[in-house]
Amino acid sequence: MLNRTITPQSKAIEHIKLIAPGFIQLENNCNFYWLNSGEQELVRIEWIFNNLRFNPEKPLLNIAVNTMLNDGTSKMSAAQIADAIDYYGAFLQVDYGFDHSQVTLYCLNKHLKHALPVVRDILTDSVFPEKELNTFIRNQQQKLRVSLQKNDFMARRVFNKSLFDGTMYGIAPELDDYAQLQRADMLAYFKQMYQPDNCTLIAAGKIDDDILKEITSCFGKSWENNSVPDISQPGFKETEQLFNYIEKPDALQSAIRLGTKLINRAHPDFPALQVVNTILGGYFGSRLMANIREDKGYTYGIGSGMASMRTTGSIFIATEVGADVTRNAMNEIEKEINIIKTELISEEELSLVKNYMLGSLLGSLENVFSHADKFKNVHFSGLELDYYDRYTEAIRTVTAKDVLRLADQYLNFDQFQKVIVGKY
Amino acid sequence: MVKFNRFTLDNGLRVIVHEDKTTPMAVLNILYDVGARDEDPEQTGFAHLFEHLMFGGSVNIPSYDEPLQRVGGENNAFTSNDITNYYITLPAVNIETAFWLESDRMLSLAFSEKSLEVQRNVVMEEFKQRYLNQPYGDVWLKLRPLAYKVHPYRWATIGKELKHIEEAQIDDVKAFFKKHYNPQNAIMVVGGDVDTEQVKVLAEKWFGSIPAGQKYHRDLPQEPVQTEARRQVVSARVPLNGLYIAFHMPGRTDEEYYTTDLISDLLSRGNSSRLYRTLVKDKQLFSEIHAYTTESIDAGMLVIDGKPVSGVSIEGAEAAIWEELEKLKNEIVEANELTKVKNKTESTMMFSEMSLLDKAMNLAFFELLGDAELLNLETSRYLAITPQHVQRQARHLFRKQNSSTLIYLAE
Repeated sequence: MLNRTITPQSKAIEHIKLIAPGFIQLENNCNFYWLNSGEQELVRIEWIFNNLRFNPEKPLLNIAVNTMLNDGTSKMSAAQIADAIDYYGAFLQVDYGFDHSQVTLYCLNKHLKHALPVVRDILTDSVFPEKELNTFIRNQQQKLRVSLQKNDFMARRVFNKSLFDGTMYGIAPELDDYAQLQRADMLAYFKQMYQPDNCTLIAAGKIDDDILKEITSCFGKSWENNSVPDISQPGFKETEQLFNYIEKPDALQSAIRLGTKLINRAHPDFPALQVVNTILGGYFGSRLMANIREDKGYTYGIGSGMASMRTTGSIFIATEVGADVTRNAMNEIEKEINIIKTELISEEELSLVKNYMLGSLLGSLENVFSHADKFKNVHFSGLELDYYDRYTEAIRTVTAKDVLRLADQYLNFDQFQKVIVGKY
Repeated sequence: MVKFNRFTLDNGLRVIVHEDKTTPMAVLNILYDVGARDEDPEQTGFAHLFEHLMFGGSVNIPSYDEPLQRVGGENNAFTSNDITNYYITLPAVNIETAFWLESDRMLSLAFSEKSLEVQRNVVMEEFKQRYLNQPYGDVWLKLRPLAYKVHPYRWATIGKELKHIEEAQIDDVKAFFKKHYNPQNAIMVVGGDVDTEQVKVLAEKWFGSIPAGQKYHRDLPQEPVQTEARRQVVSARVPLNGLYIAFHMPGRTDEEYYTTDLISDLLSRGNSSRLYRTLVKDKQLFSEIHAYTTESIDAGMLVIDGKPVSGVSIEGAEAAIWEELEKLKNEIVEANELTKVKNKTESTMMFSEMSLLDKAMNLAFFELLGDAELLNLETSRYLAITPQHVQRQARHLFRKQNSSTLIYLAE
């Protein structure tokens, strides 16, 4: 007779193997990494550029330049670019980020030779046509007007600005900032940022010699540098105000976001601190979820997360809760932070979190794209892939006392930035 | 091409195995053949609420999540109008834990009052977060009952109203479980670093003794053909006017489903698509516009939604959309343009094969449609479509009397 009350035998997760990328520095100083694996004849290629120095007077330059990269070159109109990419079943994405901005191409190998020249054209010869710029400004303003009515968007925006004012990390554009965009500024910004010296090229997928050759011949020697980009960044403007409440009298729910600046991935405490974060709010069984969702039913979801940027990091807790229980939820969050700082975690809970995190790392390596993502995480933090050996080792060996010490050292609720949008 | 093996247990549980040795992980996906369309009109939102209760402990295992997390696994689930789908990903060496957990909750739940009370609150907060406390969040609560008068697609998965969730009782939960959650109404897919023989042994061990239960026979009222244009105008606290047009379209297994899906791609997939290029870029009438299908098993909807640029009248915006739809009806689509959307479909299918979980979910879904092998025929069904098909189907779809138009006017 099967005894269903007994848990089946399980095994600990052993070594986690990452795919190491191949590397060439192209003649134009572009660093090219590739990861070859997988059965499907397809590839993802990313061109990743360091953002130029942030100018608070013109906060949207980086975003506008990146977003409008596929809006026209001197040879191709936006429509022609779209036709060329779509016809070959490819996907061309532009994304801006805190430290880097990028262009990503997803393409079947058989069509790559048609898609690469389009990317090349975009990266070397974008012209940001006036008409397209006007369309961009108008549409982005409309989108912003919708977003500004979303409580979670507002909470994130005010939170980031409070922590990181004066930098790209704290960007909180107003409708007017869009109207200030000038084509001449964009052209200058584009020319300085999108050059090979400032580019890391990462390809992942089924990459044989022919594919390598297609990429290097398109983005090698003939793609030339024109100047030295200024990628230094300004410092944060510090603020005294730790509490921001934006009242929405008709809100059914309040968005809550709170947290603080923190170490980033390059710091030796980072992996163990991720254990602390996971215990607190980093997975479905976390203390915040168990208490505020699964016990109290105040919310559909609550979580905490850590962000690692080039010069800093952060930890934050975010949720949307019933408007009538906003205060209760804040109290419970504070309570959970105090508990993790003062009460030793049980071995049972700690071992669960460790296993969960190792399984989660293994599971996050779904395909060659995920391996490339892992590489990017360490590479842009100035680390090597052996970081993940240290990471797994740190998770396996972290003790209950370490958790207590790290929580106490890094989490100080009274010093947290706190934002509430809704009712309080 | 997604390869698989298939067998059925004596109690009716269908099992599909997809061996993928490129990963150290495994997936166990269980699809239950029940969705919001199977609900009582007076108890809507129940299938989804029930999905939450499936995590509240089962007859022999008080906590579902904890033992799974302990072996390095993760799980989630979703409910649609058609199905409820649960999945676990975990290191393949620990696959038996997934069998243990899933079989126990198929056997019986704990039916805890506390869990019901908490999950009612959680789901009501979900209702508020996604449908009520967002600009345009309630669009499906309005558009569905406008387009459907009879078929249960007339309500959204979350339910018609908060009250239906608030009033759910433990006896309703038990009855729902008995009716829908048994081996005969489920399809299990196990994928990843597993062997078919090993899966057979584990499936028999953990699921073999679960009673077959009653087979649920679906007998839903079908939506009568719409005969006149429908229209609803609401004034709401939204920053911009919004325009939604829904057209009835064929169900998932119909040949013309594929044509309709390609039509939505011609209209709005990528920056080269017709609506984006003409209405956003050239005429500058919309700041954004999308066309998509609901991908429903029964007759579904093709929806066009857009936000007109401020200063553009709703009538002008609407007329411009119709002008594009008329073009599809009156002019044969060029071969190049059709090839373009077919190429996009082909590459999307190939990219989706990069994900073990996607493959497992797809196998379960196509098995529900009749045969998991249909997954591997999808691309060819799109490739077979001709410009004439497109025109014929566009003429059939894009008629005023087949449309339901919902307009948000910004207060």
